[in-house]
Amino acid sequence: MRNRYPVWVNLLILTVLAFGIIYSLPNFYGEDPSVQLSPSRNAKIDQGIQDQIKKLLGDNGLKVKASELNDKRILVRFNDTDTQIKAEELLKSNMGDNYSVALNLAPSTPAWLRAINAKPMYLGLDLRGGVHFMLQVDMDAAVSQALDRYSEDIRTNLREGKIRYLSVDRDKSVISVKFQDAQTLAQGRDAIKKELRGLVLNVIEPELTIEARMSEPEIREKRKQALAQNIIILRNRVNELGVAEPVIQQQGEDRIVVQLPGVQDTARAKEILGATATLEFRLVDSEHAIGPDGKAPLGARVYNDRRGRPLLLQRKIIVTGDQVVDASSGLDQTSGSPAVFISLNGAGAKKMADTTKENVGKAMAVVFIENKSETKEVNGQKLTTKKKVEEVINVATIRDRFSKRFQITGLDTTEEARNLALLLRAGALAAPMDIVEERTVGPSLGKENIAQGERSFIIGFALVATVVLAYYWVFGVIAFLTLVFNMALIMAILSSFQATLTLPGIAGFTLTVGMAVDANVLIYERIKEELRNGNSPQAAIYAGFDRAFTTIFDSHITNLLAAVMLFGIGSGPVKGFAVTLTIGIITSLFTAVTCTRMMVNWIYGEKRGVKLLIGWGSK
Amino acid sequence: MNANTRLNTQKREAQPHLYKIDFLGKRYVAVWASVILSIAALVSLSVQGLNFAIDFTGGTVVEVKFKEPANVNQIRLNLEADGFNSPMVQLFGTSRDVLIRLAPQSGVVGSDLKSRVMGILNKDATNSAEMHRIEFVGPQVGDDLVTDSGLALLYASIGILIYVALRFEYRFALGAILATLHDVVMILGFFSVLQLEFDLSVLAAVLTIMGYSLNDTIVVFDRIRENFRKLRRGDVIEVMNISINETLSRTLMTSFLTLLSVLAMAFFGGQIIHNFALALIVGIVVGTYSSIYVASALALKLGVSRADLMPPEKEGAGADNRP
Repeated sequence: MRNRYPVWVNLLILTVLAFGIIYSLPNFYGEDPSVQLSPSRNAKIDQGIQDQIKKLLGDNGLKVKASELNDKRILVRFNDTDTQIKAEELLKSNMGDNYSVALNLAPSTPAWLRAINAKPMYLGLDLRGGVHFMLQVDMDAAVSQALDRYSEDIRTNLREGKIRYLSVDRDKSVISVKFQDAQTLAQGRDAIKKELRGLVLNVIEPELTIEARMSEPEIREKRKQALAQNIIILRNRVNELGVAEPVIQQQGEDRIVVQLPGVQDTARAKEILGATATLEFRLVDSEHAIGPDGKAPLGARVYNDRRGRPLLLQRKIIVTGDQVVDASSGLDQTSGSPAVFISLNGAGAKKMADTTKENVGKAMAVVFIENKSETKEVNGQKLTTKKKVEEVINVATIRDRFSKRFQITGLDTTEEARNLALLLRAGALAAPMDIVEERTVGPSLGKENIAQGERSFIIGFALVATVVLAYYWVFGVIAFLTLVFNMALIMAILSSFQATLTLPGIAGFTLTVGMAVDANVLIYERIKEELRNGNSPQAAIYAGFDRAFTTIFDSHITNLLAAVMLFGIGSGPVKGFAVTLTIGIITSLFTAVTCTRMMVNWIYGEKRGVKLLIGWGSK
Repeated sequence: MNANTRLNTQKREAQPHLYKIDFLGKRYVAVWASVILSIAALVSLSVQGLNFAIDFTGGTVVEVKFKEPANVNQIRLNLEADGFNSPMVQLFGTSRDVLIRLAPQSGVVGSDLKSRVMGILNKDATNSAEMHRIEFVGPQVGDDLVTDSGLALLYASIGILIYVALRFEYRFALGAILATLHDVVMILGFFSVLQLEFDLSVLAAVLTIMGYSLNDTIVVFDRIRENFRKLRRGDVIEVMNISINETLSRTLMTSFLTLLSVLAMAFFGGQIIHNFALALIVGIVVGTYSSIYVASALALKLGVSRADLMPPEKEGAGADNRP
């Protein structure tokens, strides 16, 4: 009998192995210290800017290794970290106003690998240093705010429907609306039911009262919205921080994880993440002029727009940002120019309607207000100062009376429209957040961790390989090659998922070496047994693989079960371990069974009466 | 292949003793050893418990590296003088690496502590400290983690139980899960007796060992099932002994190889994963022992018989191996 795979099976296995090897390659090329520039708000990046940067760096004697331009950022690579840091300072002081400048470690993957989308794994914070925050969103506050808005809406609703009511009171989770008589009660119930579907109404007729509660789905929805909105806001703010490759993601139902690689100044990071921002809509004061000394006349205030030009606005606020329910960008249907579509809540809509009715043809401004706290060191003492930044982000002419939904035009580009919509949506945190976990890893520890992780992996691998070679001879060589392929395959899969490699992840690799070789051991021991029982080498190979398979399959499934449970607990590092282990278990099932078989077939499969060099104890 | 199998089976039946080591004959010694060790572990767990890391309790950990060997006592006194309640200060790997653990304080988060602690540590200008890492975990997060971990262990056990029961038979499943829990108790006991720090990574190791030890057990059970079908004669004990002996070289070889890679981790992987590697070492050693002795002995005790493993219709793979 002969042991051979059909040609197509061999080709399939070889294709998978080729994938594994090619896509694991990027991990071996290291990283270039680099600086990245991304435009903040309205600045542009193009070839001109790139040339400008190159010239600036060249004039200051800083040698650039390479630079790249794509639609989001310019990346400048350097040969050493010293040049990188000097370049960052230089770029920050020259271009920092319009661009966020950040240090980055850019993978130096060769072009041909990048062309096929082969990328290295991300390094986790424990390997590259940085700060990790876990923020807990105060969901009760989010729901409570929603309830506040609902009671406001009920009032507006009843007023607009000309339904007389005595009072609208908000208790902890109940809004009670009192009426004068049964007729208005019924009218009120119908009006509220029609307009505010998120509420569950309970009519208590003897007391002429409607009790309104938020429905369960509505509460869930509000929580989801609060979390989603906070994530958007955090993302915007982190972008302003100028951090390369930040991670901002939801964790569980009410937590958000923010990871900022390379950031060591946790205090500043926290200030920016915790900042509160809001919006105001005001009428432009066109009747007065700014006084010669820059002072504003009565009932008006001087603001600056984004280009720093002064502008006179009325003191009276029409609507504030927390009354914006939604904002999206798009194109104006009549003119085709970029626009932002805004929806206000009931109270905001009414005020907007009243104001715009009387001011058609006049200009209205959108003011962006941000409360930042800054820590500065004065005489060795840390002083925290709260700073209020107010700027006019948009001025538009009121064309017609509008209320709940309206649009802002007069924006230069769709990009600007998108940014404005984003700011309007993400203006203020939907709910307050607390930092419940904070981990900072210094850069030197990161390097140490990588070195130790790699060292323990290499030593572990070498030990296992030595024993396997000494014990199983030719089959040991096959097992060794299988292990190498397995590692390449795990790395390739992790890389193509762009998974994050952590220290426990490296431990997962090391452990997988020991566990993956188990399948080979099972097969080899079985072959030896069959040989001892007097079977021919070919029959022993066949039976060895055949019989060991169910065992290998069963044992892999149980390992997999435990590894999957690991996903359920903890964040970051342990997940990294679970991912590596899970992928390792799956790939080892493939490599141990098919790759080993293929190589055994090649070496022994075609020969009759051959002696199998499978180590001690075999004939 | 059928011809071959039959041939081998007949050959086996001709031999009087098919195993070298009478494992199950000594099962009472093993069972008593396991029972005593388990009780010791449980007593330690209930009396002094586990030394939980901040992952579970909340609090702050600061790891720093000094230029010169550090004076741990002085650091502790300095911290106490600044109002920290019973800080734990210990060396971490080398005499220059110091790990400081602070109990959770309400309203204080990591970055506020950073400058305060670093200020205290750098009082001695001749021996300055470099911040390696600061971890702050709020108490709520720790509480949630305890719940999640408990659930993960529970689900893992149930999942395993169901799988083994489906693939084998419920008595084997019980034997396997009890052997696995035995390993878990041993690792926890080890960490409790020596009061080693139990962090999230150690928990990950425990779950890994559950899968690993079970893997060993399954290999033995697989062989027991196969031999029940193949060998006509022999009582249950004999079949089990044969199976354990046949799989012994594999069990030892795999454990040895895994142990090698884990030892490399323990010795060269650095302090952060040291306890993780230690838990794995204990787990692999205990797991190997338990899959040889505990699992089979338990299945035997629960009354596994030949008839339990003979429903061949469900087993497509094994059907053609029947004599």
